[in-house]
Amino acid sequence: MADDMGGCLMLADGKVFSGVRCGAYAGADFADAYGELVFTTQMTGFLETLTDPSYYGQIVIQTFPLVGNYGVIREDFEHSSISLSGYIAREFCAEPSNFRSGGTIDGLLTEQGIPALSGVNTRELTRIIRNYGALPAVFLSKNPEELRDGELDEIKEKLRDYKVKDAVRNVTSKEIIYHNAKNPKYKIAFWDFGAKRGIIRALNNAGADVISFPAYTTASEILSHNPDGLMLSNGPGDPKDLPEISAEIGKFAQSKIPIFGICLGHQLLAISQGAKTEKLKYGHRGGNHPVLDIRTQRLYITSQNHGYAVSGGTLSPSVASVTMINDHDKTCEGIEYKKIPAFSAQFHPEACSGPEDTAFLFREFIENIERQGGANRAS
Amino acid sequence: MPLNPEIKKVLVIGSGPIVIGQAAEFDYAGTQACRALKEEGLSVVLVNSNPATIMTDANMADAVYIEPLTTDVIKKIIEIEKPDSLLGTLGGQTGLNLSMELAGEGYLAERGIKLLGANPETIDMAENRESFKKMLERIGQPSIPSGVVTTSEGALRLAEEIGYPVIVRPAFTLGGSGGGIARNPEKLREIAKNGLRLSPIRQVLIEKDISGWKEIEFEVMRDGSGNVITVCSMENFDPVGIHTGDSIVVAPALTLSDKEYQMLRTASLRIITELKIEGGCNIQFALYPHSFDYAVIEVNPRVSRSSALASKATGYPIAKIAAKIAVGYRLNEIRNSITKKTNSCFEPALDYVVVKMPKWPFDKFIYADRKLGTQMKATGEVMAIGATFPEALMKAVRGAEISMSTLNLPALGDKTDDEIRAALGSKNDTRLFTVFEAVKRGFTYKEINDITKIDPYFLGKLKDLVNMENKLKAVDTEFVPDSLYLAAKKSGYPDADILKISGAKIREKLYANYKTVDTCAAEFAAETPYFYASYDDVNEAADYIDHHNHTSKRVIVFGSGPIRIGQGIEFDYSSVHCVWAFKKLGYEVAIVNNNPETVSTDFDISDRLYFDPLTGEDVMNVIQTEKPEAVIVAYGGQTAIKLTKFLHLNNIKIFGSSAESIDLAEDREKFDHVLSECGIPRPDGRTARTLAEALGAARELGFPILLRPSYVIGGQNMVLAYSEDTVENYMNLILSQDIDSPVLIDKYLQGIEAEVDAICDGTDILIPGVMEHVERAGIHSGDSMAMYPAKTLSGRIVDTLVEYTRRLASSLRSIGLLNVQYVIYNDKVYVIEANPRASRTVPYISKVTGLNMVEIASRVILGEKLKDMPYGTGLYKKSKYVAVKVPVFSFEKMKGVDVQLGPEMKSTGEVLGIDRDFETALYKGLLAAGYSMQSDGGILITVQKSDLAEMLPIARKFKQLGFRIYATDGNLRFLEQNGVKAEFVAKIADSDENTLTLIESGRVQYVFSTSELHQTAYKDSIKMRRKAVEMRIPCLTGIDTATTLADCLLSREKYEDFVPLDIVKMHGGSD
Repeated sequence: MADDMGGCLMLADGKVFSGVRCGAYAGADFADAYGELVFTTQMTGFLETLTDPSYYGQIVIQTFPLVGNYGVIREDFEHSSISLSGYIAREFCAEPSNFRSGGTIDGLLTEQGIPALSGVNTRELTRIIRNYGALPAVFLSKNPEELRDGELDEIKEKLRDYKVKDAVRNVTSKEIIYHNAKNPKYKIAFWDFGAKRGIIRALNNAGADVISFPAYTTASEILSHNPDGLMLSNGPGDPKDLPEISAEIGKFAQSKIPIFGICLGHQLLAISQGAKTEKLKYGHRGGNHPVLDIRTQRLYITSQNHGYAVSGGTLSPSVASVTMINDHDKTCEGIEYKKIPAFSAQFHPEACSGPEDTAFLFREFIENIERQGGANRAS
Repeated sequence: MPLNPEIKKVLVIGSGPIVIGQAAEFDYAGTQACRALKEEGLSVVLVNSNPATIMTDANMADAVYIEPLTTDVIKKIIEIEKPDSLLGTLGGQTGLNLSMELAGEGYLAERGIKLLGANPETIDMAENRESFKKMLERIGQPSIPSGVVTTSEGALRLAEEIGYPVIVRPAFTLGGSGGGIARNPEKLREIAKNGLRLSPIRQVLIEKDISGWKEIEFEVMRDGSGNVITVCSMENFDPVGIHTGDSIVVAPALTLSDKEYQMLRTASLRIITELKIEGGCNIQFALYPHSFDYAVIEVNPRVSRSSALASKATGYPIAKIAAKIAVGYRLNEIRNSITKKTNSCFEPALDYVVVKMPKWPFDKFIYADRKLGTQMKATGEVMAIGATFPEALMKAVRGAEISMSTLNLPALGDKTDDEIRAALGSKNDTRLFTVFEAVKRGFTYKEINDITKIDPYFLGKLKDLVNMENKLKAVDTEFVPDSLYLAAKKSGYPDADILKISGAKIREKLYANYKTVDTCAAEFAAETPYFYASYDDVNEAADYIDHHNHTSKRVIVFGSGPIRIGQGIEFDYSSVHCVWAFKKLGYEVAIVNNNPETVSTDFDISDRLYFDPLTGEDVMNVIQTEKPEAVIVAYGGQTAIKLTKFLHLNNIKIFGSSAESIDLAEDREKFDHVLSECGIPRPDGRTARTLAEALGAARELGFPILLRPSYVIGGQNMVLAYSEDTVENYMNLILSQDIDSPVLIDKYLQGIEAEVDAICDGTDILIPGVMEHVERAGIHSGDSMAMYPAKTLSGRIVDTLVEYTRRLASSLRSIGLLNVQYVIYNDKVYVIEANPRASRTVPYISKVTGLNMVEIASRVILGEKLKDMPYGTGLYKKSKYVAVKVPVFSFEKMKGVDVQLGPEMKSTGEVLGIDRDFETALYKGLLAAGYSMQSDGGILITVQKSDLAEMLPIARKFKQLGFRIYATDGNLRFLEQNGVKAEFVAKIADSDENTLTLIESGRVQYVFSTSELHQTAYKDSIKMRRKAVEMRIPCLTGIDTATTLADCLLSREKYEDFVPLDIVKMHGGSD
């Protein structure tokens, strides 16, 4: 690697980390790229991470140093494109190996216009985030010493003001999409806030046709499709930024249609039922988070990717109860609603990447549908 | 569920002596378990026959039995101790088999003893091939097409069905003993026959050969409530076909996509759930590299070598958690002792990569078959941690102590491409280097992969190293450019190699910084200082020291590296005690070691653990960060001792005997000078650098003579010569190996060997005890049975030993421990060698005398005087107990190795028999070492001419016992001339009914055979002895061993009802 391929990541606190430019960052016309710096401790599944729309607006650090070992496998993508703002690892593999592999990670990042930096002391970056919380950062187009007077101040100001904005609007689908199951027994409305394909796949596999709706669809339009169940997808950003959507979700309360929310969907459902959310210091991102089911005292290892959480105490006991908590920091991981046939999970039962241990939640959703006399489709 | 209130007293079974396939990892596991149980306030009873373990220390359990690991003995202990529970999943296959036998007989149930960790049905499901396959079928997990057979004919029929090649795996054997790959019926017949014999239940598995598939392992935990996690995945660099114990292994798995990874992870969880294991479990998979096809290879329903590796690789203490689960805890009720903030129910996230590399004994067994296959051959291993695979691999290679610091094996440089291509096909201990050479020469990944099946990912990473070396070679400036130097350091290159490859200078030397192993990839702040070197720019160890600066009194203890013949677990024992002693004395103690199997590399033994190689540059890095008052080299065997010169040159203070003092003992000429000053005789000796010099020396000294290179460990390359032929062969061999030190030639005195470990304070010495060897000089001390106290030595001789030791201690200016080996010949005492460091016998003598030798030595090192301590000076009072150390070998694992003992050490482990009288102690020792102690049947005797006279009384003793004696012509004639009736047996070439078929027939219970050493493996006597080993028939290769055994059998009424002894009570309470 030539020295002129050196690049820099500047953090909101002024710290600079150097590495080797990769992906779009290596392009000649590269302009400064901003994002909220977060880390994931997931050791496999870099493709799923890259293509998870929930990372919109974020620069993602892989704490595991060796990324891209098995190359690009498009069938494992969670979305057709990459939404994250930047990607950082110790090493991107230049000569990947896997029977399904079709290309290198650097090639993919270049194709998708994603700036990336390798050769970084990612552990140190992670330690900073752990201590200070998720913070904005920028891939600098020039090295700090080459910056003209004022340029640096401008960058620092931008960093200070950086916020992930319009995240859901940018990653949700633009139209209604039908994903049909092989032998469908149910019809599920799928509210796409920036969804991972894995959820749709899990529903299809459970025997449900899935109709995916853009995030800003109204409740009445969705209801007009007469679904057996409503799935609220994952997605990026702060749930508090989406009051109009949670209001629409609230309208489902009367319908008695079973609802299942995952991640952002879980948060929006909770807000619609009067709960509040909080920002976690540096979030939960990885495939090793223990979740305790309070009802059964069973523990599950889960896949997680969220920076916000429902404040469990803000749920009215008459409305819902927290059913699952994170065994590390005791934050809310699952909710069961009392007046509506709904439940939700903060983590990712669809895995992709990560452990498949909680896939049974999809079965429970289907059971709820059955219990509500669902399977409209069959009648 | 918290602690099960029904559990009050737990019996823990250890794994016994170190053998290939079952090494120090079980001391690590057992020690962790004992500590975890004691932490819960439970009463712990421990039984293990291996004295060189930390777990058999008196303070590790409430009662400690160093007794033979047989069901009878364990029953006796149960009768005495009346435990309510038995934990058998932490003592390797040995502990598991014993637990299962006890449970199977109904013995445990009768007494209401709970079997913790796993139940017999579970163990059977995992270990019995047939039920294993059924279990997999039941939960929809694929197994390898296979079947179980109990006859060779059955094996052949099954192989026809599933197609060759097939793998033969005997049921219930350690490390896969007796297995192999058969490509045709002839080979299959041979392997199956052998495997059936070795299997205690006479079963072998015949299965389709899936060589070349990826070999992936998962370490899995489950608690009693059914919560399951995976601790770590591991991937073998060497695909299926080479035993995982002989493979280079990386953690985590590096070439799996998330789909593949989750597929196998989910399978692991389903298996452990089905087996209802409460604790840890190891699951091995074969994954076809070109599809999602996979097969479950094996499940170990217990902690294992892999779980020790996984624990060290992740920081997750599997054995400790398994013990807590076994007594009732749920995973989330157990604190993560590294983060101290989270619970143990999570999966460790790594932000580095770990490489494990095996350590093979081929340097010792030069005639051994170096081919690697399904039979494990490694005696030990090293682990290395780095940010990238190349960095970790480079650390592993230089830490393995195989005289390599890069992957460039000089011997390969001269080979042609065709020779390299051919070499790629042979799976042996130099395979990594051959593959590297092929990558260097530009062989395509495809070609290398076709031959070796090594994943192209790894080949690409080797290419990274080739590229780095090319960049270094291309340097044409005076100095290596700074950025290239840093990149080379990050790729794992030592400074010396950077200088050598680039031919340029280093402008400013870089010292390593340290990163933390924290189980969580920095997600949470870790409290536990477990570090590895890195060339990134933040030093977490230095920060840690700044923030926890309790004292400036800091020392570093250097550990003993990988386990090998001659340097085993004993040195880890001493290293750990050294750490504890210095902690007690108010020091902060750091340890450097790279052996993942050991107690010393458990993160809560020292104040700071540096998991890195023990080379000069690597330890200087630690010294730069730690800034210790001094370092300690005396406890880490030759690995640590050989750092002395380097440390001295770098002005690092060494606690204990100084560099000069160590040099005085190791340098032949200087040592001779010391001896003559002290007026201590030694066997006459010379040094030689050429064949002519050697032959000249032989003539002057007169045969027999001992030859060895100077600076030896465990008698490496040592030979006893009776003729000029042997000298000639030997010198040619040594000179061809480029060994850069002269050969020492000593007159061989065939006397009684005695050994003394002393503690020296500069004025006085304390000798806890004198040991006498059963075998006369000429058999390596590590391979001799040793008796404490000395049995036959007169008071005058013992006084002389004490006096000579005192003089040596003073002249060598030894501080701390000193080990001296003596030979008593014609009633005169000679010194053979002196080592100013902890020896192999320290744990044994400490345990039997009750003196914590390492602790006393450590206090002395810091200036305390022996006369101010309560132990006295000179020879310590004799213990009321007698102890006999008996060596244990792993010959069945090492094809082609002659089992006859000689000056070169061959044993891998040892056991101890302790009792009030010699006969009982000896009996216990022999029983523990695996002798069945059968006192009737037959014995085959074929000794060399020079041994005939001494053989006679032994034959008479066996006759007296009622044995039928078989002998070949010369021996037979001699016996009959002397009135001992024996039966004729033909030599191998002379008849189809010969010594081999006699051994196979089961009519002989012992083989007594001697011949001149160092002949080729084709000789009849060697074949015969190998046959005995394969048939698990004790093979006596020394006159004294045979005499002792016969005497022991004759006195059996004395020990028949022996009582197991609790060594805690023996010395009146703990400590």
